[in-house]
Amino acid sequence: MAEVTQSKSSIKTVIEWFGTTLGQIIVAVVVPVITGYVMVKGFIFLRDGEAPKYVIALVAIIWGVGGVALIYYITNWLIEKLPAKWMAKLQPFLFVGPAVAILSWYMAIPTVRTLVTSLYDRTGEVFVGLDNYIAVFSERIMTVAFRNNLLWIVFGATLSVIFGLLVAVLADRSRFEKFAKSLIFLPMAISFVGAGVIWNFIYEVKDAASPQIGLLNAIWVGLGGQPQAWTAMNQPWNNLFLIIIVIWLQTGYAMVIFSAAIKGIPGELLEAARVDGATEVQVFFRIMIPYIMGTIITVATTVVIFTLKIFDVVWVMTGGQFATHVIATQFYRQAFTNQNKGLASAIAIILVICVIPVMIYNLRQFADEEAF
Amino acid sequence: MKSAKSQKRLSDFIINGSLLLLVFIWTIPTLGLLISSFRTRFDIQTSGWWKVLPHREWVQIEELEIPEGLDPDGIMTIEGVTGTFEEFREGITDPDGRQIIWSGNKRLATIRISDERWVFLPKLTLENYGQVLAGKTYEIKTSSGDIMTVEGDNFVGAFLNSITVSIPATIIPILIAAFAAYGFAWMKFPGRKLLFIMVVALLVIPLQIALVPILKDYVRLDLNGTFLAIWLAHTGFGLPLATYLLFNYIKGLPRDILESAFIDGASHFTIFVRLIIPLSVPALASFAIFQFLWVWNDYLVALVFIGAKPDVQVLTMRIAEMVGSRGADWHLLTAGAFVSMLLPLVVFFSLQRFFIRGMLAGSVKG
Repeated sequence: MAEVTQSKSSIKTVIEWFGTTLGQIIVAVVVPVITGYVMVKGFIFLRDGEAPKYVIALVAIIWGVGGVALIYYITNWLIEKLPAKWMAKLQPFLFVGPAVAILSWYMAIPTVRTLVTSLYDRTGEVFVGLDNYIAVFSERIMTVAFRNNLLWIVFGATLSVIFGLLVAVLADRSRFEKFAKSLIFLPMAISFVGAGVIWNFIYEVKDAASPQIGLLNAIWVGLGGQPQAWTAMNQPWNNLFLIIIVIWLQTGYAMVIFSAAIKGIPGELLEAARVDGATEVQVFFRIMIPYIMGTIITVATTVVIFTLKIFDVVWVMTGGQFATHVIATQFYRQAFTNQNKGLASAIAIILVICVIPVMIYNLRQFADEEAF
Repeated sequence: MKSAKSQKRLSDFIINGSLLLLVFIWTIPTLGLLISSFRTRFDIQTSGWWKVLPHREWVQIEELEIPEGLDPDGIMTIEGVTGTFEEFREGITDPDGRQIIWSGNKRLATIRISDERWVFLPKLTLENYGQVLAGKTYEIKTSSGDIMTVEGDNFVGAFLNSITVSIPATIIPILIAAFAAYGFAWMKFPGRKLLFIMVVALLVIPLQIALVPILKDYVRLDLNGTFLAIWLAHTGFGLPLATYLLFNYIKGLPRDILESAFIDGASHFTIFVRLIIPLSVPALASFAIFQFLWVWNDYLVALVFIGAKPDVQVLTMRIAEMVGSRGADWHLLTAGAFVSMLLPLVVFFSLQRFFIRGMLAGSVKG
C-alpha cells in the first residue's frame, strides 16, 4: 500500500518537473527528434526492407498517412506552447505552409526551372537561346504531333461534348435515366491503360484467311471488306480510332455536368415555349442551349485542356507509331527516351502557353468574386 | 387528341430507343473484355468473344488416323469422299454435310471430321484469373506440336503496390489541402491573397512541366522508385484542385459556429479537427474519390517516378508492359485488366453520388 502511494507521488514529481520551463524545452526538442527518427527509420524500412509485400503495404500506409498527421499535430503542439502573440503569428503558416511548400516545389518552381532548361541544349550545359523552340515548330515529328493534337481537340473534345449533351437531354426525358447514366458514366472509372486493352478487342486485326477476333473487323469483313489495321492505316485518319477511345471515356463526364445543368432550367420556361407552339427541336436550340451556355463553355474548356495533355491512350495503343504522336507523347519521348531535356522542356512550356488563356480567365473570375 | 397521344408515344419510343442504342454501344467494349477474360487462351486467339452467344459452328466429331496404304500424291478416298491432297487440306464436304479435313503434312497427319452444329453452351473458365492472381503455370501448344510450360503472371504484387501508392496519395493531399483551405478561409496572415492566387493559377498547369525537374531532384535525393516519392508527386499535382475545392466548401460554412467556438476558448487547431473536418465530410469524400480514381488509374506519373523499379510497379504499368511484351498472352491481359478495374468500379458504384457532387463543384467553378 505504501509502495503504491510512493510510486504515485514519484509520477507526480515527474509530471511536475515537465511543467517547468526547462522540462518543457527538453520535451519540445525530444518529441520532434523521436518523431523524426521514427519517420526516417520507417522510410529506410520501406525502401530496403525485405518484409512480405502486404506487410510493406500496411506499414507504408500507416507510416505515410500517420506521419503527415503526426507532423501537423506535433508542430501545432509546439506552436501552442509559445506565447499567445507568437502563436497567432505562426499558426497560419502551420496551416498553409505545407501546402504552399509542396505547391512551390512541385508546380511553381518547376515551371521556372523548365523554362530555363528549355533554353539550353540536351546536356543542359550549353545555352542555345530559342533553338529548341525553333526545332519544336520546324521538325516534322513535332509538326505531326501538333497536327494530331489538333485532330484530338477538333474531334475528341467536340464529340465528347456533343455526345454528353445528347445523352443528358435524352436521359432527362427517359424512363431509364439512372440506368443509362450509370452505364455511360462507367468508363470514367477505367484507366486509359485498361481502356487500351478493352479497345484492342475492337480494333484487333487478323489476316483475311483466319476468323477476325476484333469486333470492328468482324463486322467489316461480314459486310464484305478486307480486314483493316485500324490504328495503323490511312494516316492521319487512324488517329480517329484512338480518339474514339477517349470520347468513350469522356462523354460520361460531360453528361453528368450537363445533366445537372438541364435539371436547373426552370420548368415554366420550357412549358411556356411549348404552349406557344415551339417544337422540341426549337426548345432545345433556342432555350436549353442558350440557358446552359455557361456550363457548355466550362465543360468544353475542361475537356479541351484534358485532350491537350492526352498521353496514356496513345502510348499504350501505338506508342506514337504510325504518325500518332501527340504533344505529350513527344514530350515523354524527348525527355526520357531521347534524353533531350532541352527540347522536352520547350514542349512542356508550349503546353503551358496553351493553357494560359484559361488561367487568366480563372484568375479574373476569382478577382471578380471579391469575397476573398 | 388521339394523334397527340400517339405522337407522344412515338417520341417516347424515339427517345428511349436512341438512348438505349447509345448505352448499348457504350457498354459493348467493356462487355467484350469481361467475357474474354473468362475464355480460354485458345478461344481468345481464334474466335471473337461474341461467339459465346449461340451460333452455328463446325464441331469436330471424329479424329482418324490416316488409313494404311493411302498415297497422298494421288487421288484418295477417305470416309466415302474422294479428292486430292490439296482438296482434303481445304476440307471436303460429304453428302451428309460433314466436313472432312486433312490436318498436317503429307506424311504426318490425322483426318478430322466435323459437323456444323448449334453451339449453345460457351466454354468458360476461371483459369485466366488463377494464372493472373496466383501466378500458376500454364501449358501452350506451339505450332510444331510441342507443349511449352509458361509462367503465369503474378498481379498480386502490383495490386498491393497500387494500393500502397493510392491510399496515402489520396489521404495526404486531402489532409494538407484541408489545413490550407481552412487557413485561407478563416485565418489572417500576410501574403494570404497572393498565395491563394498561386493556387488558382496552378489549377490548369499541366503536370508535364514538373516531370523533368522533379525527377532531377529525386535522383539527387535518392528518392526515385520509393513510395514517398510518388505520394509526394501525386500530392503536388493534386493539391491545387483539392485546396481550391475545399476552400470553396469551408468558406461556405456558417461563420457563427466558428465564432462561438472561439468564444469558448477553442484554438484554431481544435476547431479544425473537431468542427471543420466532420462538417466537411461530403466535400472531403468527393475529392477523395476523385483523387483515388486518378491515382489508381495514373500511368504517366508512375512511369516517370517508379519506372526502373519492378518491385514497386503498379497495376497500370504492369498491364501496359504486358500489352507491349506479351501481346500474345491476351488471356492474361484480359483477366489482369479486369482485376485492375475491380476496385475503381466498386468505389465508383458505391460512392457515385459523392463523386458526381465533387465533379460538379470542380467544373462549375474551375
